[in-house]
Amino acid sequence: MRAPLLAVQGLTKTYRSGGREVKGLDDVSLSVAAGETIGLVGPSGSGKSTLARVVMRLIEPDAGTIAFGGENLGALNGKALRTVRKRIQMVFQDPSAAFNPRATVADVLADPLRIHGLASPAERPRRIAQLLDSVGLSANLAARPVHAVSGGQRQRVAIARALATEPELIVLDEAVSALDVTVRGQVLDLLVRLQRERGLAYLFVSHDLAVVRAVSHRIAIMDRGRIVETGPAGTVVADPQSETGRALVAAIPRLHISHLNREASQNA
Amino acid sequence: MNAPINAPINILGRLLRSPAGVAGLALLALLALAALSAPLLFPGDPLAIAGAPLTPPFTDPAFPLGTDRLGRNVLAGLFHGAQASLAVGLAAAAVSIVAGALVGTIAGFAGGLADEALMRVVDAFQTVPGFLLALAFVSVAGASLPVVILAIALGAWTGPARLARAEVLSIRERDYVAAARVIGMHPAEIALREVLPNALPPVLALAAVIVGNAVLIESALSFLGLGDPNIVTWGSMIAEGRNVLRSAPFLSIVPGIGLVVTVLGVYLLAEGLSDALASRKARP
Repeated sequence: MRAPLLAVQGLTKTYRSGGREVKGLDDVSLSVAAGETIGLVGPSGSGKSTLARVVMRLIEPDAGTIAFGGENLGALNGKALRTVRKRIQMVFQDPSAAFNPRATVADVLADPLRIHGLASPAERPRRIAQLLDSVGLSANLAARPVHAVSGGQRQRVAIARALATEPELIVLDEAVSALDVTVRGQVLDLLVRLQRERGLAYLFVSHDLAVVRAVSHRIAIMDRGRIVETGPAGTVVADPQSETGRALVAAIPRLHISHLNREASQNA
Repeated sequence: MNAPINAPINILGRLLRSPAGVAGLALLALLALAALSAPLLFPGDPLAIAGAPLTPPFTDPAFPLGTDRLGRNVLAGLFHGAQASLAVGLAAAAVSIVAGALVGTIAGFAGGLADEALMRVVDAFQTVPGFLLALAFVSVAGASLPVVILAIALGAWTGPARLARAEVLSIRERDYVAAARVIGMHPAEIALREVLPNALPPVLALAAVIVGNAVLIESALSFLGLGDPNIVTWGSMIAEGRNVLRSAPFLSIVPGIGLVVTVLGVYLLAEGLSDALASRKARP
């Protein structure tokens, strides 16, 4: 087996609140191969968002290593870290909170291009139009303030921003949870299409096993800061080994499951 | 970001819909007009003797508001005094807002030891009343316009610093700051372009209050004879009129009205501004 794109080992993060210690992450190890989608599922407070943010180096772990594409991501700092960030991007849960309230769509997409020197000021409008097109948005949107476009469009802008640096891995932290059902379907389709076209890897964090089942190759189930179960998506959903896994599967609406299984067999 | 165009326009629009904001703007516009037209309407030195001393108001058409003990034109003093008051008020507010916002942003964004150190300095300044600080500074450094401005700012920058720090502490936890880190933005750029502009509106609302206080402190300093002696200010005019308060009260009342109007205008504008900003926050 090839070296994985992302491999985290023994990540631990303890939060202290009022003298009480809460294990946000408890010896978590996980790997993501290039072009692969790992679904990370778990109930609220299970540590999945903490793991996503630790992987992005937004939160510092107490212990453990993060290796990414041959680099020791966990040990990088300053300029070296900012340079690697180009290869690993993130989409946040709440599209209304993830953008500077004063920015236009063009500002948002121009920033990563400028910071990593990916397009000269003259080329930027064309690149921005391309990025918008790749997420199914009209180039006319570029001049609009981000806060003047709809939630679904905003999440597409967030995906476009993540794509701007042509990353190898995108961490999606509950990226579709705040969207209504029809928009959620469209955005999931978009993510799957982008993965096919560009060989992207996703770390797909969600509390909704049905959604994760639909897009993931492998699923990891988290509970109380630990990964309690990992396996191919179909296996985990069909025959969960852990208690948390069984509870999550039981929580999937029936109708949803049969529909997703059909979709999955078409994709396979 | 590059195009924060519509936000200020919205705030201005809401400001113009609030009665307090409109009244404040109108009063301040009047004062600004007086200040700007002073050298045109009353060329020459307003401290020079212009006519007979102690002419009462509304008696001599050449001196509509009369003359003081030395025969100086009160109306000219009023207009030139508006210039000094507004200049000192605006400059002191600008200095304290810029210094305070920078210190607050650095403290809030850096956190840790830098935060502790900076905020203890702020505490130290806040324990001394602003007026006493200004008084002490001017008596040591000598009375001139820049010194008076600095002296006032010395007591006023802590408010903006605290407010900016509190805003920054809440903003730095927001997802868009995390998003800026994710795309590899330099921390200095995040602080100055993502955090500071969004922390600024409440600090700017404070600016109006600072201008009002600065105008009052400047007048008080001038009244005590610690203002710049080469500039007419309302405070020095009131001090001058105090000697003849019983026989010619108008000498103190006229610049006093100027002060009241200025401070009232500034506070009304502040009221309107904070209303406009609050309604911006209320919307999603």
